[in-house]
Amino acid sequence: MSGTYLGMPAFPRAAATATRDTRLRANLTHATHTIRDKRAKAVAELDDWAQLRAAGAAVKDRTLRRLDHYLEQLEAAVTAAGGQVHWALDADEANRIVTRLVRETGESEVVKVKSMATQEIGLNEALAGAGIRAYETDLAELIVQLGHDLPSHILVPAIHRNRSEIRDIFRREMASWGRPAPEGLGDSPAELAEAARLHLREKFLSAKVGISGANFMVAETGTLVVVESEGNGRMCLTLPETLISVVGIEKVVPSWQDLEIFLQLLPRSSTAERMNPYTSTWTGTTDGDGPQTFHLVLLDNGRTDTLADTVGRQALRCIRCSACLNVCPVYERAGGHAYGSPYPGPIGAILTPQLRGLAGPLEESLPYASSLCGACYEVCPVAIDIPEVLVHLRERVVQGGPVTLGGTRTVLQPAKGHAAERAAMRAVGWAFDHPGALRAGMRLAARTRRLHPRRLPGPGRAWSRTRDVPEVPAESFRDWWQRTRGTSSGRGTSSESGTSSGPGTSSGPGTTSGPDTSSERRGDVK
Amino acid sequence: MSSRDMMLARVRQALADVPAGEGPGGEGRDGPPVARGYQRVHGARTRAQTVDLLAEHLADYRAIVHRTDAEGLPGLIGRLLAERGARSVLVPPGLDVSWTAGTDVTLVEDRASSTARELDLVDSVLTGCAVAIAETGTLILDAGPDQGRRRITLVPDHHLCVVRVPEQVVGSVPEALPRVAPDRPLTWISGPSATSDIELDRVEGVHGPRTLEVILLSAAPETDRAGSREHWAGSGEY
Ligand code: SF4
Repeated sequence: MSGTYLGMPAFPRAAATATRDTRLRANLTHATHTIRDKRAKAVAELDDWAQLRAAGAAVKDRTLRRLDHYLEQLEAAVTAAGGQVHWALDADEANRIVTRLVRETGESEVVKVKSMATQEIGLNEALAGAGIRAYETDLAELIVQLGHDLPSHILVPAIHRNRSEIRDIFRREMASWGRPAPEGLGDSPAELAEAARLHLREKFLSAKVGISGANFMVAETGTLVVVESEGNGRMCLTLPETLISVVGIEKVVPSWQDLEIFLQLLPRSSTAERMNPYTSTWTGTTDGDGPQTFHLVLLDNGRTDTLADTVGRQALRCIRCSACLNVCPVYERAGGHAYGSPYPGPIGAILTPQLRGLAGPLEESLPYASSLCGACYEVCPVAIDIPEVLVHLRERVVQGGPVTLGGTRTVLQPAKGHAAERAAMRAVGWAFDHPGALRAGMRLAARTRRLHPRRLPGPGRAWSRTRDVPEVPAESFRDWWQRTRGTSSGRGTSSESGTSSGPGTSSGPGTTSGPDTSSERRGDVK
Repeated sequence: MSSRDMMLARVRQALADVPAGEGPGGEGRDGPPVARGYQRVHGARTRAQTVDLLAEHLADYRAIVHRTDAEGLPGLIGRLLAERGARSVLVPPGLDVSWTAGTDVTLVEDRASSTARELDLVDSVLTGCAVAIAETGTLILDAGPDQGRRRITLVPDHHLCVVRVPEQVVGSVPEALPRVAPDRPLTWISGPSATSDIELDRVEGVHGPRTLEVILLSAAPETDRAGSREHWAGSGEY
């Protein structure tokens, strides 16, 4: 691992490598099952969970449908409270803004709160390029950073590492970043946490600049919210003189009151706690308390393109709780790195291809990194219908169709020939060599069947006419695939016939006897 | 066009399917309704039961919970500081002076000019709180005069927090939010600092205080344990 997701292989290849790593699998299985079981108990404590979930989804939807309004309101409120708001269209622009802001402080070191948005834009690498050292201060992020590694889980980024690996990393690397690991460091979690405490405290006490993301931004009041456990977040948010928060535009909620929904949904869904140990909220700056300079960088980086897709935009409701990862049989086998972005698991499979566009082999294969068992939808605290979006994106890969890229409406070409469907088969093929994972998925599928859409909505309908996929949630992808792959009728996606079909030819991807695949829609940028 | 204008233009273009006028900027059409059918509080409890639940949930997260009344408070604080071997304790400027009458530990006043390194040399911190939430075992500090700057409850290793019961205790998150002002910097604390990043084993005290002690302070000796029903348990639109 090189510390950047660029150049990651497509999901099938990465997953195949990961599934051969038995230690990784053991770590992952232990972790995901532990969190999963705890979470179910925490959720069961609230008998109005279904109503909270519906309200969470509705608030997010309503906000997204007038996002322009709420962003302007947020900007006005943050500015009125003494903060400065910056707008960044893409990763490069966000990195340039943050680099400039850090340079203006005259500092060459920053402390960071764990943040998906800054992972997404590769901020640490950009800062390093400008001679600024960024210290990750979340314990797991520290392990990842010291290990020259990449995060593999939204909530517990070092989930793929066990205690002896962590001890080895600390012993080997801490000295080159600051205070070395204590002599004779053992591998008990308490000792390792203490080593991190000592190592990082020096940074906290001297840091002049902190960088964070945010879990929520309240449009009405201009308040930002960060939830965390360790206190490293509080350190970064309160001790430095300057605070820079990089936040995706979808994190806005309309009102202070709306937090009552999300502060109930998020902790129980993510860490399976009634409440996370620390939540910090701040509104601009406060005289004499905390940073006296506050910058908010509002990040687009593909979010407005995602918003333009009426089926896919629901992915922007995501509150990054990671519950969907922990129930996903594919994630459990493949590990987080296979998804090629900071967003692994089911949410990554729909978010990454939308944020980046269906732009290459990895993005095209991600919508297939799922057995469509539906467990992710069932646990999602904001009811994102991940299977629906997966199927929708598969349709885009196979058939092409209208998409928005960089703010420009475009018609996507279908993936060349059967490339996409072959990619799909590779993506799921590895899993079928591991029946345990699939059985787990099937059990869940059976339990969640009634929650699945019967028919694919919108544009998915045409696609589904020529395939059995709409029934997949009910019978599981595996059964469907096994039922169809070997049959001479060639239904489904395993057929190799017609491999030459490409853009402009009339035979659709896959073998089809049904309606044509809308060749008239294939075209160039409008 | 600035990036700001381009982002807003992209948002508007992306939302071409949304009917014009929908939402808060439109003429009274708010868009898809938000059914707030969830509960304001979970279950019906007396005030005393709510305080008990707070104590239980605080303890679940390995905070150490004590109960006393105004008369017993100075002695309790003195004892807890002594038991820790604390030589100094940070106090916010508006703390009730009677609280520290029972200790001869050095009182360190929180000043804007004191550096984080200076705070790091202090052993304990003593504060009040703004609101406590029973269902989640959460203390909310709003930087009020008896709570001080956010950093003072962060850097020392031992935090003593006094909660006035029952008046500072609410049942639930929805009951807590209206009681704190969003324009103040808030810190919500549920147990001591903790991490589960290493094989999901919970370890307390990574960066914040390793020990959180909560003193539930009742105005009078604990007599009226029955109290009155303070919460309605129903749910509905509001
Ligand atoms: S998609 Fe849903 S379950 Fe998955 S991380 Fe986002 S909010 Fe959580």
